[in-house]
Amino acid sequence: MSDILRVGSHEFKSRLIVGSGKYKDFQTTKNATEASEAEMITVAIRRVNITDPGKENMLDYIDPKKYTILPNTAGCFNAEDAVRTLRLAREAGGWNLVKLEVLGDTETLYPNVVETIKAAEILVAEDFEVMAYTNDDPIVARQLEEIGCAAVMPLGNPIGSGRGLANPFNIRVIKQRANVPIVVDAGIGTASDAAKAMELGADAVLINTAIAEAKDECLMAQAMRDAVRAGRTAYLAGRMPKRAFASASSPSEGYIWD
Amino acid sequence: MSDGISIQLNGKQCSISAQTLEELVTELSLEKRMIAIERNLEVVPKSQYHATYLQEGDRIELVHMIGGG
Repeated sequence: MSDILRVGSHEFKSRLIVGSGKYKDFQTTKNATEASEAEMITVAIRRVNITDPGKENMLDYIDPKKYTILPNTAGCFNAEDAVRTLRLAREAGGWNLVKLEVLGDTETLYPNVVETIKAAEILVAEDFEVMAYTNDDPIVARQLEEIGCAAVMPLGNPIGSGRGLANPFNIRVIKQRANVPIVVDAGIGTASDAAKAMELGADAVLINTAIAEAKDECLMAQAMRDAVRAGRTAYLAGRMPKRAFASASSPSEGYIWD
Repeated sequence: MSDGISIQLNGKQCSISAQTLEELVTELSLEKRMIAIERNLEVVPKSQYHATYLQEGDRIELVHMIGGG
């Protein structure tokens, strides 16, 4: 069955997007990313350490020819910094597809949606394909779509919290009203969270901490890979209705005592 | 360096002998790296590194990609 994820001009077979932060070393980043079978991986943009510029770089391990590298704006707290960061990212890699993430404060890392919208407008006008991280707010999600974002990425819960989906109902509402891919980003803690997000209809999930902080990163990467597939397949299959009472699975005729 | 100029490189004041961005990149052995440069808040395309002469007081940001979620 062909079930392609289309984000802007890009196509993916995998509906699992992974992050590359928090790993203990680059080799583990590489191994876990391979195990996840993800095709898209996020990266952050930071200053080169001028005193040690030749230091090993993650891209020595994650081959940009093999993966779609998704530069993010993690750490940006206003539209201006986010736009600057992504202009640099585009120049560094030559890619238009980016993850916009403008945060509100350091404690919750909740998105600042006002600044996110401002940045999205500028970036879309500059021909970026913007995947926008946002709250699980259906109104903001729609605004981001109307601006021209290539995908909208509502959070499940705060970044790195691993608490699953705080508001599954909103994820469903956002998806039902959307014409661009909806990616649940942040909050996924374990495989069942990922499966749940996909069952709700999310087009993809973005996972970093849940894999990077697992005791066995590669095994968790596989679990997430399978959960995303299972959740997606269940969504496509269409789940049975929930009933208040039992409904026998075996025929209620032909009993031997009749 | 007598003929060096003073610029702000990645937030730090420093004196450099490189005259162009291309020379700066070479000086730092970053030719083969996937980097990007912002000069006074404007991104400089790689094709312009050789023609971009550094000037006293320039604010240069030199970035690359690292792990992140």
